[in-house]
Amino acid sequence: MLFVDIRKQFRAAGSPPFLLDVRETFAPGFTVLFGPSGAGKSTLLDCISGLLRPDEGVIQWNGEYFFDAARRFSLPARLRRTAYVFQSLALFPHLSVEENVAYGLSALPSLERQERVERILPAFHIEALRRRKPGELSGGEKQRVALARSLVTQPQLQLLDEPLTGLDAALRQAILQDLRAWNAANRIPILYVTHNREEVDAIGERVVALINGRVQESGTPRAVLDAPRSIALAQAAGFENLLYAHVVEQRPADGVMRVALASANCELEIPLGTVPPGAAVQVAIRAGDILLATEAPRALSARNVLPGTLETLEPRGSLVVAQVNAGARFIVHLTPGAVRSLQLVPGLRVWLVLKTHSCHVVLP
Amino acid sequence: MNSEALFLSFRLAAVVSAILLMLALPLAYWLAFTRWRGKFLLESVVALPLVLPPTVLGFYALIALGPRGPLGRLWLFLFGHTLAFTFAGLVIASLVYSLPFAVQPLIASFESLDRRLLDASSILGASRTRTFFRIILPLSWPGVITAVVLSFAHTLGEFGVVLMVGGNLPGITRTVSIDIYDRVQALDFAAANHMALLLLAISFVVLAVVYGMNRRVWLPWLAK
Repeated sequence: MLFVDIRKQFRAAGSPPFLLDVRETFAPGFTVLFGPSGAGKSTLLDCISGLLRPDEGVIQWNGEYFFDAARRFSLPARLRRTAYVFQSLALFPHLSVEENVAYGLSALPSLERQERVERILPAFHIEALRRRKPGELSGGEKQRVALARSLVTQPQLQLLDEPLTGLDAALRQAILQDLRAWNAANRIPILYVTHNREEVDAIGERVVALINGRVQESGTPRAVLDAPRSIALAQAAGFENLLYAHVVEQRPADGVMRVALASANCELEIPLGTVPPGAAVQVAIRAGDILLATEAPRALSARNVLPGTLETLEPRGSLVVAQVNAGARFIVHLTPGAVRSLQLVPGLRVWLVLKTHSCHVVLP
Repeated sequence: MNSEALFLSFRLAAVVSAILLMLALPLAYWLAFTRWRGKFLLESVVALPLVLPPTVLGFYALIALGPRGPLGRLWLFLFGHTLAFTFAGLVIASLVYSLPFAVQPLIASFESLDRRLLDASSILGASRTRTFFRIILPLSWPGVITAVVLSFAHTLGEFGVVLMVGGNLPGITRTVSIDIYDRVQALDFAAANHMALLLLAISFVVLAVVYGMNRRVWLPWLAK
């Protein structure tokens, strides 16, 4: 168990002061640190690893102190037995893959060092690259080397700062597979920073959402990211639609309430919340959770059907982003196939279909 | 061509740049990585020889090395003779004179290192010493070579300090630049020209090496 209870104040010229204030326990297994950039995720990892010294508080690993401000004690980073993969990876450019991987093993007798390197290289599929320098590796290969270099030391704590950013989905899945296998064999706390929802779903046993230096929420990925309770978190979690509204009436018997959108002459039925009628709220809806129809749909289980006009269509990677004006402006994600078969063009009259439970109340 | 003077100059430059490297590495390391706010004071002291007239530097060196100066007295006590007008005295004065040429390229290359590499090294359990020899030094080769080459060349070409501290004793303190001065005084322009041309060529080669080094044409892994 890793216990962190720290505060660190940053004052830099030209930017508002930033306070990191975290109190959290990390159990063995994956914990995803999630939050917008600038939320303090990397700073938190720097404090845990010993690269930065907090102003106040304690960091404890299984009862052993890493840091204790009251005693002015800080265990040097090199003695914390922590593995830390930076976003930049920081492979040593003048050393070969093999030398990079063996770097953290200098205290071991050479036989054991050799043995450990021989074991980890195949586990991360980098045996064939052993004589290469980091400059001769692809992005995915570098990421594997960085992971192997940190895991070969048999750390008691693993910190991963967006280690898979910039890789394509297939490669990311393959490396995540390796990481999961490694985790199953060595249960230690792994703190994993990512913005990527896919990675969260693939590895997250638990998510800690960090906003503006503080832990906003923690729990399962579903609880934290699918029903965000703050606007900053909703934005970070990729809710493309955030609509201002106020509560019209509550229907506890049905477990729903009706809200009126501020900018539009329409109402939505959303899950019941502890918000009194008349109160202002925001409603968060994922662009991928909205259905689009070119005829008025009938006999549907979905409770919210809004007529509107298709304004723009913009291809983005493997999906098409549509903007629909239904009084309020909605972002809708479509597949290129759907755009073709429905013969969607800007100006077309369309209907938006929203399930009650795709709408989430976010408090301002 | 005065081979005695030439040999003396090269010997002086070699000894000085070797000792300077030993002194400049820790000094530059400290200046590059300390968070002490007053480090600009030490930086100014290190850079002083760049702006001081060599005669001023030589004058104070002569006083310090002389029989009444602290260093001179210590030397007298240890070895039974003073430092002024000796090769050792020349070395000490030259160390001060060429210090910025050794320290500044090192600071520049230490500061340009990716700090995350040093962080990664300590996370992987390396001490500061190990980080220095395994990461910082190998990645700073252009800076180290620049430092050695510049302090060698600068010592080779010094004149004012040598004249003040060393005088003009053949084989002991008469270096190439002083020899050239002597030849010109004696109106032996042909001999002066030979020596001067040689120094010119050496200086050009040295600077070409330094600039080539900083283009990083020889160390492919440093090329970005």
